[in-house]
Amino acid sequence: MSVSMLQEMLDAGRFAVTAEIGPPKSCEPEQVRKLARMLKGSAHAFNLTDNQAANVRMSSLASSVLCLQEGLEPVMQMTCRDRNRIAMQSDLLGACALGVHNVLCISGDHQVFGNHPQAKNVYDVDPIQQLMIFRRMRDEGMNWGGEPLPQPPQPFLGAAANPFADPFEFRVARLAKKVSAGAQFVQTQCVLDVERFQRFMGYVRERGLDEEVHVIAGVIPLRSHKAALFMKNKVAGMCVPDHIVDRLRRASDPKEEGIKLCLETIDSLKSIPGVHGVHITAIAWEEIVPRLVQEAGIRP
Amino acid sequence: MIIAERKPLTEVLEMLDGSGEITVLGCRSCTAICLAGGEKEAKEMSEALSLHSELKGKGWSVRPITVERACEKEFILPLQGVKGTVLSLACGVGAQVVQEMFPMLQVLPGVNTSNMGAPEGIGVFVEKCAGCGDCILHLTAGICPIARCAKSLLNGPCGGSQNGKCEVSPDTACAWDQIVRSLTTQGRLDLLERNIPPKDWRPSRSGGPRRTVNVEAMPGDSQKAWRDTE
Ligand code: SF4
Ligand code: SF4
Repeated sequence: MSVSMLQEMLDAGRFAVTAEIGPPKSCEPEQVRKLARMLKGSAHAFNLTDNQAANVRMSSLASSVLCLQEGLEPVMQMTCRDRNRIAMQSDLLGACALGVHNVLCISGDHQVFGNHPQAKNVYDVDPIQQLMIFRRMRDEGMNWGGEPLPQPPQPFLGAAANPFADPFEFRVARLAKKVSAGAQFVQTQCVLDVERFQRFMGYVRERGLDEEVHVIAGVIPLRSHKAALFMKNKVAGMCVPDHIVDRLRRASDPKEEGIKLCLETIDSLKSIPGVHGVHITAIAWEEIVPRLVQEAGIRP
Repeated sequence: MIIAERKPLTEVLEMLDGSGEITVLGCRSCTAICLAGGEKEAKEMSEALSLHSELKGKGWSVRPITVERACEKEFILPLQGVKGTVLSLACGVGAQVVQEMFPMLQVLPGVNTSNMGAPEGIGVFVEKCAGCGDCILHLTAGICPIARCAKSLLNGPCGGSQNGKCEVSPDTACAWDQIVRSLTTQGRLDLLERNIPPKDWRPSRSGGPRRTVNVEAMPGDSQKAWRDTE
């Protein structure tokens, strides 16, 4: 049984496309709706980030519902940074009540990165424990405290994986832990170092994880070498090979070069066994997504 | 040990405004070892305050008293007879015990008490334990992820771990990177494959302020009385 189109696509063995929508730093629904209308039809589902980089934004749940209203399927991201197990379960019940079923469980960027570095974080549970809690709610029909749920939520559970973080040898083990905790799909950190990602996928297949979880590989179109350097130096857990920075620096039209690079990456990813889709992060350059999926031949 | 550091002098001066008789309390235990509030620091602080009072005409009379351990009542008896303000260079525990014992005194914090840690090099101290009340060091190669991972993760490093460093700062070691390495050295990588379920935080501060009772340590008749009420 599938609870979402994303799940249906993936379980049917179709190549899935997801794309990111960053909620606004305000309460204007129109900002989400505008992006939603522009991106509609370019992906199977859309990730609504949860106060990404620890900056206060419209909640991922509210933004997910706005997307639903525009006819897009949301993937609600939920960090462990800002809520304890009580708030998490409450938000899951609320999300499923409102028709939001794809949920991505993540630890979240530390608050030092954002606009409230003075904040106290929560981390009552980590993302693996978050998956355990949500899976119990769905499969055992009870909340983590053991009380039965008259109507259990039906989430399609996702997690993040970062093949570019260290220690590299442990990244696949961590993915395995997420899978055994309940992850049905994973979205990876943006792939710019294809060679390292291939090695990662090799280990994933070696452990048979490709049979148990849908791996959706992250991609990012870069507009300039400055954007590449920013990713390299400022974004936690990113790996940006120098040849990519150089290629963008030398390009006469860096934007077009960035698109070309992204298309090449998607092409290589499509041919890696075990990769069941791509996740496009084009923050502040969302208008490029329709063109990317068109030219990559992966438009839903 | 408990790690503390001296408050900036300007902040201390502001707190002391309006005082008359000031006693600077040093402690020969933890805050002495982390060089924040031992005998030497108490003496220095006392001199600085006297000088400030002289220059600004504050009229303070300042003197230092250093005790063995400010967090135990028996050791703070030397404070008997003290009047006015006590500027505590002992940790937050010591400051509170002194206040409790001498309610008429105004006890002010002269240090910021930070964590339970250990010296790493000369003058460098690193947090080691968050006092969670349910130790899991046997699962993590003797390295505490609750105190030392910026997100207190219990199931391995987050996606921000790179080159052994934590995403919060290049000066901070990633505790999980250390744990993975230590477990590798010990041949205990199997421990990493096990999912640790959500932690019961009741024994931690989340269960409310804690009181620890060691019945064995009680005198015989109290032991019996305690067991009867349990
Ligand atoms: S697991 Fe708890 S008790 Fe043990 S070192 Fe860490 S914080 Fe302290
Ligand atoms: S980088 Fe390491 S220490 Fe820092 S939050 Fe992540 S796992 Fe914890």
